[in-house]
Amino acid sequence: MTALLEVEGVGVRFGGIQALDDVSFALAEGELLGLIGPNGAGKTTMLRAITGVIRPNPGRIRLAGADITDFSTDRRARTGLALTHQIVKPLRAMTARDNVALAAGHAKTTNVLAALFAIDRTKELARADELLRLVGIENHADAMPSTLPLGALKRLEVARALALDPKVLLLDEPLAGLNHVEAARLADTIVDLNRAGMSIVLIEHNLGEVMRICPRLMVLDNGRRIAMGAAKTVMEDPFVRAAYLGREAGDAAA
Amino acid sequence: MGSYELSLVTLAAIYVMLALSLNLITGFCGQISLGHAAFFGAGAYAAALLTKSGWPLAPALVSGAVLAAAFGFVVGLASLRVRHDFLAITTMGVGFLFIGFVRKQQGLGGELGLSGIPDHGLGPWGLAALTVTLAAATAALSLHIRRVWAGQAFAAIADDEDTARALGIDVMRYKLTAFVLGTALAGLAGGLFAHFTRFIIPDAFGFTVSISILAMVIIGGIGSTWGVLAGAVILTLMPELFRFINDYKLLLYGGLLLLVMRFAPGGLAGGIAALTARLRGAT
Repeated sequence: MTALLEVEGVGVRFGGIQALDDVSFALAEGELLGLIGPNGAGKTTMLRAITGVIRPNPGRIRLAGADITDFSTDRRARTGLALTHQIVKPLRAMTARDNVALAAGHAKTTNVLAALFAIDRTKELARADELLRLVGIENHADAMPSTLPLGALKRLEVARALALDPKVLLLDEPLAGLNHVEAARLADTIVDLNRAGMSIVLIEHNLGEVMRICPRLMVLDNGRRIAMGAAKTVMEDPFVRAAYLGREAGDAAA
Repeated sequence: MGSYELSLVTLAAIYVMLALSLNLITGFCGQISLGHAAFFGAGAYAAALLTKSGWPLAPALVSGAVLAAAFGFVVGLASLRVRHDFLAITTMGVGFLFIGFVRKQQGLGGELGLSGIPDHGLGPWGLAALTVTLAAATAALSLHIRRVWAGQAFAAIADDEDTARALGIDVMRYKLTAFVLGTALAGLAGGLFAHFTRFIIPDAFGFTVSISILAMVIIGGIGSTWGVLAGAVILTLMPELFRFINDYKLLLYGGLLLLVMRFAPGGLAGGIAALTARLRGAT
């Protein structure tokens, strides 16, 4: 397997806090990697460094062999990095279908001048319908986001990210806020996407679902990578248990 | 139609262009501007100086638009890092800077302004026809932009810049495009205004004018081409038709702004849309 996304020695500092400290990992093509860790471990910071919202210093990020460390967020999106937000961020002034179609038209919005003349949206609207069906919210296509329940909005985020035809899909806590049944169903959708060939990094707090669907895990704690490997092995690691359950529990387990 | 009515038509068409041009920036792309009159003024002074130095009207008007757009590009570039209320303050500052600069330039007539701007040679009917045609073209351009992919991208930026970026939209370029288009049209309106009045002073492009243009956009319905067009016509004609209002023009604009923001944030366009929706629901 070749590495599709490579994160190399990434450090991020916010004032006096070292949010990430020399974190490296690689995502193989077609892989579903779980990124877990307690609150404040640096998971979302990691994601923001990958998408370019914050700039790692030091560290390099490569996508499909190309160094994208100096790319802007929008250029990274066009290069093949798609993100779903922890707190859903639909464009509230357009329907679910238009939200997805806009992302599907990324090739048409790239050049501003060309975009001032291009009108035809047939292909993109069809693609939007296809993706909404794929994530199971096709019956909400004409709805405005403000009228949709959270479960549907989480799926809308996924559909919109997929519309960018990404090489790598970054999911930031897609299951958060969903009830047990909804979470399990969305987790199944993620597995289906991965089986269809999508390479995915999944940040998630719902350990049960992560353990169920992710073959490989990376664990962050206090900005450092404390474990990486097969899900079962990682969860038996005393350091990981200590990070999650507190020091004494970890000692007891060890 | 008498010459007074014709001059009202011309003035209304100029304000329609101005309001629609600000609507491209503030309505479509979500970038608030409190200094739009500066670009109106840049176009007016540039076109007036050129015709005074012997240029024909058409190239002078176009040059005024180009100069305003260049000015808009620079302001846009400087404004890329500020958002929302900070952008409002920045653009307001640009407006004051423009007036302050013009007042001190002897070449621009200083406080006394520019007089003796040459006759456009079109006659009152010709000028009215030209401004109405250009206002209609601006409206057509606005409707066109709403339909194309760029319009979708503008809407996304107006809604949420960060999300737009995550969807691969080059926010910086789109913002600059909105600024350049909007300020070019404001500059064109300025050139028309200068040749309509044939006498311009710095105060004709001051803060109260910027606010008046913004009031037309908001009262008409921010983002709606038809609403803004109606807002510009109504707010231009009202003080002219009812002379007693003229003395209290700014009070009226301010009051209407407050009422709209409190009771109908969508402006005229939003109010009419809500009303038709209710009527349809009732039947």
